[in-house]
Parts: sequence; structure tokens; C-alpha cells
Amino acid sequence: MAKLNLLLLAVVVACALGLVTSQHEARKLFSELEREHGRARELDVEFGRLQLEASTWGLHSRVEKIAVGTLGLRVPEPRRTHLVTRDARR
Amino acid sequence: MSRAAQGLVRLPAWRARALLAGLLGGFAALVLRAGYLQAVDTGFLQEKGDARYSRVLDVPATRGRILDRQGEALAVSTPVKSIWAIPADVGAAPAPRRKLAALLGLSGAELSRKLADASRDFVYLKRQVSPETAAAIERLKVPGVYEQQEFRRYYPAGEVTAHVIGFTGVDDSGQEGVELAYQELLAGRPGSRRVIKDRLGRVVEDVESIRAAQDGRDLALSIDSKMQSLAYSALRDAVRLHKAKAGALVALDVRTGEILALVNVPSFNPNNRARLTGAQLRNRALTDLFEPGSTLKPFTIAAALETGRVTPRTPIATAPGRMTLARYTIRDVHPAAMLTVAQVIQKSSNVGAAKLALAMPPEVMWDLFRRVGFGAAPELGFPGAAAGKLRPWRTWRPIEQATMAYGHGISLSLVQLAHAYTVFARDGELVPLTLVKSPAEASGEKVLSAETAREVRAMLELAVQPGGTGPRARIMGYRVAGKTGTAHKQENGGYAAQKYIASFVGLAPASAPRVVVAVMIDEPSSDDYYGGAVAAPVFAQVAQGVLRMLGVPHDAPLEPLDMPPGADEPKEST
Repeated sequence: MAKLNLLLLAVVVACALGLVTSQHEARKLFSELEREHGRARELDVEFGRLQLEASTWGLHSRVEKIAVGTLGLRVPEPRRTHLVTRDARR
Repeated sequence: MSRAAQGLVRLPAWRARALLAGLLGGFAALVLRAGYLQAVDTGFLQEKGDARYSRVLDVPATRGRILDRQGEALAVSTPVKSIWAIPADVGAAPAPRRKLAALLGLSGAELSRKLADASRDFVYLKRQVSPETAAAIERLKVPGVYEQQEFRRYYPAGEVTAHVIGFTGVDDSGQEGVELAYQELLAGRPGSRRVIKDRLGRVVEDVESIRAAQDGRDLALSIDSKMQSLAYSALRDAVRLHKAKAGALVALDVRTGEILALVNVPSFNPNNRARLTGAQLRNRALTDLFEPGSTLKPFTIAAALETGRVTPRTPIATAPGRMTLARYTIRDVHPAAMLTVAQVIQKSSNVGAAKLALAMPPEVMWDLFRRVGFGAAPELGFPGAAAGKLRPWRTWRPIEQATMAYGHGISLSLVQLAHAYTVFARDGELVPLTLVKSPAEASGEKVLSAETAREVRAMLELAVQPGGTGPRARIMGYRVAGKTGTAHKQENGGYAAQKYIASFVGLAPASAPRVVVAVMIDEPSSDDYYGGAVAAPVFAQVAQGVLRMLGVPHDAPLEPLDMPPGADEPKEST
């Protein structure tokens, strides 16, 4: 009887330790998840910043200034443009 | 030795019992209290326990981005830090204070003033500083100085889209324009959740979500930033060239009812709103009313055609180029003895339009005006969109009906005017306007018969041919239809003699209209002030670019346009 009790006690202790460990593991994983969530947020913010930057660099007035000023491009004359429709056949 | 001498006194037995009973009583009280706290009043201890490790975290919701129809960002929120302090905790040592002030861009005295009231426990030192500054301040480790995450809105297109997009206040809520109109959608909902934190402040367990955060949704507008930019620069140049006070332009997609471009001059930079004047902030195209002048004539003519009593070829006696009605004289700039209905538009005859108007009951005219949207604010959900003034027809006197025929005594916004022109572009259908991207073909409400709309369109095409009032509106490769307007400005209840509003509303290509562009220029003060000279070229420039960007096939031979020399152009007086 006493042996069985001791055995059960050991099992209970093991279970308790297991619970503590798994709880600890869960918390570790959770904090990792939190970190990743944070990173996702940061990346989203970064995306916004980059989008902003892309918009600023690609500003129509800036593109036009460079195209006309530096590269010497101009809008083609309507007579020299040919409109191609999507279902155009030769 | 006696016991007394030994210092031992025999105590009475009741004292021991009393002590025992006292101790037991105390114990019992403790047990009862413990039992009460554990079993009955559980909240208190629970609360104390939670306070040790459980925290409620706010989950911020980021504001949605505003994009143009091509996905280009027009408004983006990025996080910035705000610096705040608890004045009582900030040390009095001068060295860190000096460094702090330098980083914040404040003078020492200013900082001291902010920190003067020691009884307060929250003082903003500076809101929305850059991440670099915030990091530098953090490194200083001044006690009692903290930072707080906030969002700041950036508008990469700046002044070009300023009036459409509007802006947000320092608390990130919309104050003007689309930012205000779509506040609900853009803002999202901040949430909060309860978590367990460990000794190091790390979140180790999610206990419950008190309120789920919902990020603001992104909003794609109908605006095309390229067209917007083109329209802005064309309008700005015209306003500058003609030394005008202001200007506005609206471009609509006829098929979908989308507003492709909406610009106002003068504009402002929404990223730096330090010195703003009311004139800069005004969204003239939507919120300002003006008397449209001749650009309203096509609606009078359409109403007359709808009665069936006249056709485009019906002659109207307009001699001698003026007409007196109740002490008021209506004049034509180019007096003619006889004009057909079509020529009334082409030459922009006030007398002709007035005679056509007087020949029909006021109710008919009023009904058409109302049905094309005059007197009712466009359903854009845009804050401050003006409804215009269209008085009920029962109160019209004949002189008023006559002047309304050519756009005086009635006021509307440029957007309303452009919107109304979709009737001619869509064979009589009025398409609902939208500022949000909706590429599907919209269905409109039938306002005019298709024949009338086509007839008016043909007249409008004549008006931009040589011999009409707006030949400068023509574009190579496309047939254009449109109407010029030059209205006297209203001032202090009367009309100002030397102040005009030049306007042009047109559609292109005339064979199968795709866009309506309306231009309004306020007080052009150089020599030319006629709509055909001031506003029509802006129309041509913008419409050409818009048609190219939309990839609309040409419907006219690609021949260079011969512009009549300035003096030969017929001009209109309203």
C-alpha cells in the first residue's frame, strides 16, 4: 500500500513538473509569437514608409521635370502616335 | 525564602483562560476574514493579484491609406513619437535640461515654462518628433521624460491633391476632404487586450481580448494622380498667366461617373500647415458657388428643344442685339439680326437664350435645372459640398427667367456644372458622381431625350469650331464639344463691372464622349478675360492629356489646328 502511494506521489510530482515545463514552453512560444507579431507590424510600417518614398520619388511633377529637363523627352505628337487596341489584329 | 521573595506570584487561573480565549478569538476572526476574502468577497484579492502581473494593453489601429485609382499612395500614416514629461520628476540639473531642450528644438526658457507647473502629471513637450530625435532623447535618460507612439499622416502628392484628400489633425482624425468624409472607414477601431507579463515585462500569455482592434481600411479614390498633377499644373500656369485670383478644374469619366481630377488654385501643402490662409484652404470646385454665365445656356436650349416647339434650325430674332425687360437691358457682344437656335449657342447670344427662355413656362426650365442637379448638393459625402441656389419657379419674375437662361441669378458649384454636362455626354443620362474608384460602368437617370442631348452636343461642337466662342478648346485628333462662359462677378448684391469669372465646360471626344472637363478661373485680370481665351486653353491641355492617358481612340483627322487670330473670335458677354 505504501509502495503504491509512493508511486502515485512520484507520478503526481512528475505531472506537476511536466505542467510547469509545458506552461513555460507555452509562454516562451507565446512571447516569440508576440515578437513576430511586432515584427509584422514593423514591416507594415516599413511598407508604408517605402510606399511613401516611392510616391515621393515617383511624383509626376518630378518625373516630368527629369524627363523634359535632363533627358530631353517630350510628349509625342498625336500624329506620330498609333493607338493599339487590345483586340487589334494585323 | 518565601515564594513572594523569589518574585513568583501565583496568578489566578482565569487569567490564563482569558488569554487563551482572546487568542482563540483573534484566530477565529482571522480565519473568518480569510474565509470571507477567499470565498465571498473574491474580487478584492483577485484584483490585487492581477495588479501584480496582468496588464491591459492598448492595441492601436493604424489609419488606412488613401490611394489613387492606380494604387499610388496619396496619404500614408507612419509612426512618430511624442515626448511627454511628468514635471515634478524632471531633475533641476541644468545640463540634461539643456541637452533636452536642444534636441526638442526649444529654448531653455520655453522648456522651463512647460515644466513649471509641478502639480500636473502629464505635459507634452513636443508632439510628433522624428524617430531619430526620439531615439536621441531616449539615450539622454532624463528622469520623468517619456515617449508615446503616435501616427503622423504624410501626403506625398502635397499641394496637388490637398483639397481632395484634406488632412488629419494632430490626433489623427480627419478634418477636411476625404480624410473627414471617410473618417469611419479609414480610422479603424483601436482595441485592447489583457495579458500576463513576466518579471522582464515580456508578454507571456494572452488572457482575453477585451476589444479586438480593427485597422483602418485602405481607400482607393477615383482620382488619377497623373491627371490630377497635369490638371494642377495647367490650371496653376493659367491662373498665373492671367493674373487671376483663383481657379478650379474638374475632370469626370463619363462612363463611370468617377471624378478623375479635382484641383483648386491656390493650394497648400498639407504636410506643413503652419501658415494657411482661408483662400488656400477653400475647395472652390465643390464648396464655392458662382454664377455660371453662358455655360448654362445649353440647358436652356435643351429645355426649349424638349418642349418640341423649336428645332436647332428655328430662327430667333435677336435684332438689334439687345432687349429691354423691366428697366433692365440684356445685351449681346456680337449683335445679329437673326440667329438659329444652334447659333445662339455658337455665338453665345444672351438675347437669343432669353427669348427662348421666355417662350416656355418657368416650370419647364426649373424642372430641367433641378433634374440635372442644380440646387441640390452632389451626393459625394464630401464635407461642405455646396447645393447652389435655384429658387422655386413660382417666385421667378420674367426678367429673372430671362437672365437665368444665360446663367445669371442662379448659382452652383463647378462640380455641379460638370456633373450636369454628363447629360449631353451620355445622350440624356445624368450619371451619379463618385470620388471612390468604381470602374464598372454606371447607370444614370434619364433626364433628356437622346435626340435633344445629341442636338445640343452638335451645337456645342459648333461652339468650339472657328466662328464659335471657344476655338481654343480644340484638340488635335479629337472632336470636342463645349461652351465658354464669362460671367460678371457678384459683389455686395450687385455685379462688379470689371470682375469676371471665365469658365469652360467641355466634353470629348464628341462622337462618343469619354470625359467632361470643367474649368473656372476667378478674376482673370490681364487683358483677356473671356472664357474662350482664358479657360478654353486649359480645357484643351487637360482634356488632351486625360484622353491620352485613358487611351481613347482618335475620332478626328490628325491635322494641325488653325487658331483664329485673337481679334476674330466671337466673344460672349456672360
